[in-house]
Amino acid sequence: MFKSLKIFLHNGKQYIPDIRAAKAPGVFRGRPVISTEKVDGEALKDVCPAGAISLSPVSIDLGRCLFCGECEHCFPAKIHFTDDCHLATNVRERLIVREGEDKPIELDKSLIRPEIRKAFRNSLKLRQVSAGGDGSCEAELNATGNVQFDMGRFGIEFAASPRHADGVLVTGPVSANMAEALQLTYDAVSEPKVIILDGTDAISGGMYADSPDVDRSFIENHEIDLYIPGNPAHPLTIINGLLDLTR
Amino acid sequence: MKNTILHINNGGRAALSDIPAYSYDEFRNEALSLLEEAGRHCVNYFAYPCEGSLRLFMCIADDAAHDVLVFSTIVAEGARLASAAAENHVLERFEREMTEDHGLVFEGHPWAKPVRAKDGYPFFSMEGEELHEVGVGPVHAGVIEPGHFRFICNGEDVLHLEIQLGWQHRGSEALMLGKKRLIERVLIAEGVAGDTAVSHSIAFATVWESLCGFKPSEEVLWARTLAAELERMANHTGDLGAICGDVAYQLGAAVFGRLRTPIVNFSQRWCGNRLGKGNIRPGHAPYAFTPALRLQLLSDLSAYEKDFLEMCDKIQHFPSVLSRLERTGVVSRAQAEAIGAVGMAAKCAGVCRDIRASHPYALYENLEVTPVVKETGDVLARTELRIDEIRQSLALVRTLLENMPSSFGGRLVPSSPAPDSFSIALAEGWRGEICHCAITDGKGELALYKFKDPSFHNWMALALAVRGNEISDFPICNKSFNLSYCGHDL
Repeated sequence: MFKSLKIFLHNGKQYIPDIRAAKAPGVFRGRPVISTEKVDGEALKDVCPAGAISLSPVSIDLGRCLFCGECEHCFPAKIHFTDDCHLATNVRERLIVREGEDKPIELDKSLIRPEIRKAFRNSLKLRQVSAGGDGSCEAELNATGNVQFDMGRFGIEFAASPRHADGVLVTGPVSANMAEALQLTYDAVSEPKVIILDGTDAISGGMYADSPDVDRSFIENHEIDLYIPGNPAHPLTIINGLLDLTR
Repeated sequence: MKNTILHINNGGRAALSDIPAYSYDEFRNEALSLLEEAGRHCVNYFAYPCEGSLRLFMCIADDAAHDVLVFSTIVAEGARLASAAAENHVLERFEREMTEDHGLVFEGHPWAKPVRAKDGYPFFSMEGEELHEVGVGPVHAGVIEPGHFRFICNGEDVLHLEIQLGWQHRGSEALMLGKKRLIERVLIAEGVAGDTAVSHSIAFATVWESLCGFKPSEEVLWARTLAAELERMANHTGDLGAICGDVAYQLGAAVFGRLRTPIVNFSQRWCGNRLGKGNIRPGHAPYAFTPALRLQLLSDLSAYEKDFLEMCDKIQHFPSVLSRLERTGVVSRAQAEAIGAVGMAAKCAGVCRDIRASHPYALYENLEVTPVVKETGDVLARTELRIDEIRQSLALVRTLLENMPSSFGGRLVPSSPAPDSFSIALAEGWRGEICHCAITDGKGELALYKFKDPSFHNWMALALAVRGNEISDFPICNKSFNLSYCGHDL
């Protein structure tokens, strides 16, 4: 008993008081800023393993970007990843960052279905489906529930069954072997429901986009309510994205 | 072609012509007799399609000699061969993989089932009025990867568990050949198991450097060793929290859960990613380790250590936790050896198998790691092993920090792999032994890349561990192994 009390005392208060304003410590490869400096465009495009860089104007698609930092290493004057971890949006197009721009990535609130705000404002239970996820996104989703990030304080939690859930949160590029299970899980959730894509693999397929062992039809055939980029997405990116969507 | 078995060091390269090719019967007999000796185990066994036939490579690690024995045989496509797994179960999954990928038939295989293919999986079944089956997955209750578990139970007791995997298959090995740029391959290797990004990238970097005849600097190896130990600490800490959570001990779950954070946050301070993605690249260390980072880590570690040891002391003397861990999910030494278990699953059952000690890479030779070995093979052993390995990693990290390099060199990127070559790299990830093998063709282009995560062997350990346990203890058994689904499914 005394041992437990001492442990309580020594651990103190761990929760992050203001999740909205919290910053990831140290270096964080978050929203990139692309300068207007002239560089060899083809060479820049060629360093990106994920095909996330396009030219005229130079832009990075955070739905494809794996945040490996290769472009920043090779073209430090052109590309800089800032520590802005607010990356989630409901509009796929808004994940594209263009040269000369330095503005936050936000949701288009006018496009959020009214029932989402109405039903999930104070409580959102999600069924997570890993469909070819590499375990890192899953680890960070678990971290959102720890005593520091404490996502549960906002009424946002992961449910054990789709029958208890308000939507699915998908990680991974959707392996062909998981395509049916993902569809069945989604079908088992009652209306109204949301689909959230967590991590670059889920948003675009990442390195696996053109693999014959991946089947993206579920993603292509459904309206997506939230895109959360990252490799893996940081817990702050996830929680702030979900808060922006629901309130 | 030479006729004597090739002896190659961890991270070594050899010409394909230096690897002997025996008749299949000789090959099979040689493998079976080598594997009979203690201190030798199969680290990889795979087929390489070339010139209309298949060349099978057997790689057997010799712990005492600190090297790997490699030999081969050439067989026709679709050949019917006498199963070696029929006599030594260690080889069973390798043969199944070759059947699935290349159509080879291994006659007499004891468990000839798909490894990753989803359709038509023939589950084992038993008849009996007292028996029932429980199917779980592929989508599980927690936030974890998918797999299907089929239990055969007598009341609450599990008689048999069969684990059907493959749901996560993304085609990683094929992509390694299809993608031609180094950075693309680096990212696929990093994603084999995202929670083991560091150790898998170390294995890939080692194979690539070796193929290119490039020797990384001591500083680069220093950074890799440090990153690997931090990865071990972070994952073990998270697992301890999850184990406490699965026995409904909230204080332990909360404290270990929060203690993972300073370790992963340090990784982010160092390389910009909490899981160490981006930190390991062939040829160079992309993120210099600065004196400021050293001070930060030393202070993070001393704060961590105090709270960590206090929490460990509590759970190791707390009857209501111990009673759930002790004698739960036992894997015996004989079982571990029979299935070729590696890493934690082996070490907890009294089998001393740790690549850092037996086939040292990076700076492990200087660090002289003494593997942590437990005898009881239960969930408690797998819990205590994590505690002891974390304490060991703390000491290793502090030793490394005493000998911190002052500079980390420039951005060297090795290119042009040697033609017609073979390379193998072993690394001890936090789960256990990782093995990567590569073969180049006559132009020096990658012609084969094989990943092997420790989970490839250890899923069978979980299936054996739950026999005779209540089905309600499955979550704690599963968590105590915490195996990778994607690392297995590739």
